Amino acid sequence: MAAPRTMLDKLWDAHEILRREDGVSLLWVDRHLVHEGSHHAFAKIAARGLKVVRPDLTFAVVDHYAPTLDRTKIADPKIARMIGTLRDNAQAHRLRLFDLQDQDQGIVHVIGPEQGLTLPGLSINCGDSHTSTHGAFGALAFGIGATEVAHVLATQTVWQRKPRTMRITVNGTLGPGVTAKDIALNWIAALGTGGAQGHAVEYAGSAVRALSMEGRMTLCNLSIEGGARLGMIAPDETTFDYLKGRAFAPGKGWEKAVTAWSALVSDEGASFDREVVFNATEIAPTVTWGTSPEQALPVTAAIPDPARLDPEKAKAADAALEYMGLQPGRPLDGTPVDQVFIGSCTNGRIEDLRAAAAVLAGHRAKVPGLVSPGSAQVKAQAEQEGLDVVFKNAGLTWASSGCSMCVGMNGDQVAAGKRCASSTNRNFRGRQGPGARTHLMSPAMVAAAALTGTITDVRRFLGERAA
Amino acid sequence: MAGWTRHKGRAVFLGLDNVDTDQLIPARFMSTPRAEGYGQFLLHDLRNDADGAPDPDFPLNRRPDASVLVSGRNFGTGSSREAAVYALVDAGFRAVIAPSFGDIFAANAVNNGLLPAQVTDEAQAELAATLGTGTADISLDLETRTVAVGNLTVAFDLDESWRTKLVNGWDDIDLTNRHVDEISAFAANRAKSEPWAFPLTSE
Repeated sequence: MAAPRTMLDKLWDAHEILRREDGVSLLWVDRHLVHEGSHHAFAKIAARGLKVVRPDLTFAVVDHYAPTLDRTKIADPKIARMIGTLRDNAQAHRLRLFDLQDQDQGIVHVIGPEQGLTLPGLSINCGDSHTSTHGAFGALAFGIGATEVAHVLATQTVWQRKPRTMRITVNGTLGPGVTAKDIALNWIAALGTGGAQGHAVEYAGSAVRALSMEGRMTLCNLSIEGGARLGMIAPDETTFDYLKGRAFAPGKGWEKAVTAWSALVSDEGASFDREVVFNATEIAPTVTWGTSPEQALPVTAAIPDPARLDPEKAKAADAALEYMGLQPGRPLDGTPVDQVFIGSCTNGRIEDLRAAAAVLAGHRAKVPGLVSPGSAQVKAQAEQEGLDVVFKNAGLTWASSGCSMCVGMNGDQVAAGKRCASSTNRNFRGRQGPGARTHLMSPAMVAAAALTGTITDVRRFLGERAA
Repeated sequence: MAGWTRHKGRAVFLGLDNVDTDQLIPARFMSTPRAEGYGQFLLHDLRNDADGAPDPDFPLNRRPDASVLVSGRNFGTGSSREAAVYALVDAGFRAVIAPSFGDIFAANAVNNGLLPAQVTDEAQAELAATLGTGTADISLDLETRTVAVGNLTVAFDLDESWRTKLVNGWDDIDLTNRHVDEISAFAANRAKSEPWAFPLTSE
């Protein structure tokens, strides 16, 4: 009998064209997703006179620089040029482009699954680190740099050394108001932003199984913030139910595909290079206080005192608190915020908007904020459900979809010194704009912060409202 | 990309952990064509104050001639933006020495001839102590995988395939095109055995 294999083994073997003597594999790429930031890669292949070798497997989307407030005119010539360059490249290479006015436009990691371009058993690459999102479907999905993007454009393959394996098991049931975002911030705080470096993380356990596809995508999305090369979850009925009938999902061959996908689980007894186990019942709504995703704590905790941290972390904590303008020892709960943001490839899906709207319904926010749905489809769905009215009545701005204030490239930025409660993925210095102060949290927690104007434990609102 | 085996230059110490890609190059500069040079953007918001005036105490401002950066752990954590590597390369850097690196950053570095030299925490501390706030002559050797500053010589870790690539200055597209027949055969096979994996043939 063959040795038990992990899900990574199965995915790797299925895509390995060859392995060199030095152990590096040449992998076949089933889906290649490109965006405005891929301009360096297109320039590289143009310089060599090469064409995109598989335009049928390459999909382009306007997201990083997508205007969210007025799409009819783009005032900033640099932004217009970035979008224009992608259009030119998509046309020159005959790529399907999800452009600004397309009813299927959105953030690349939201529309991939939404269109059924993302499927179990596929290998998916994109010049964006949050490509790990697609692993939620049992795909082999990881972000690559511009040189590798050029390589995929030219060859539909990528050279890669197989990462080590790590299984993060989350047992038990999440408490009310606790989400996939909290599972992620919790493990990253426990293991550090380098905690999973060099590893492919497979998520398992009853708390992970119980997550919707939206929640699984949030969890896999944030794998990169813990240093992991990729995140993945074995496909199951939840996965198949989500995908059935999607535009690019198999039609006729559906049953055969499901049979093949169902085998994509780690075999009983398969061994992992590293195993970590968490208990879901111990996870609270979690908030970052510093400038790295590992600087996160339960909302019930106090802002740490660097003097009481281990010396290795004290210096970074000191600098982070100074940048964030926070006092050690004060409770996190109650920290005033200037604004909120709901959106991004991490938490810009319909379930995220529903969770935030449930907290806000019928109330006014104390601070301004921006809500940018992850895709035009998410936006349309939210409007059909009346969620846009909830956000607007609360005083928040209802915008179009794009990467928006997560990375600020389109001009949606947080001003210097301002504090933002944000459903995004990175609280790096200046991430949301030069001098901006970011606190990462779940969409429901962002909504709670909007209501009170301070960082707030969303569980306070449970009972009167759903979260 | 030209290959290299040895480098002699000046090293400078940046005493920060988790130098993320958004620090290496803030997103607002990334719409710039590469031809304009990315060196001016390197660590822009850490080196300059809010008005854009350089901080005279920042290590890279004190030592603009440096070509080797010694830094803290988890260097290059964050995004896949290769522009973070372009900023270093265009500012004249040939190597970054740190106890650990963001995975995508390290791959991007090698693809641009920039060495991500991984050293132990102890070796990093020794290098840092030797450099202090100044600079020192440093030499790097990809053959022996060692770094030397004065009397101090430390070993660094580097994936063998990456070492070969740096030494030869190889371009992956050329390498891969030698396997074009194997790739075609693989694709044809996959289309037959897993038709669902191809969007246009699955309908």
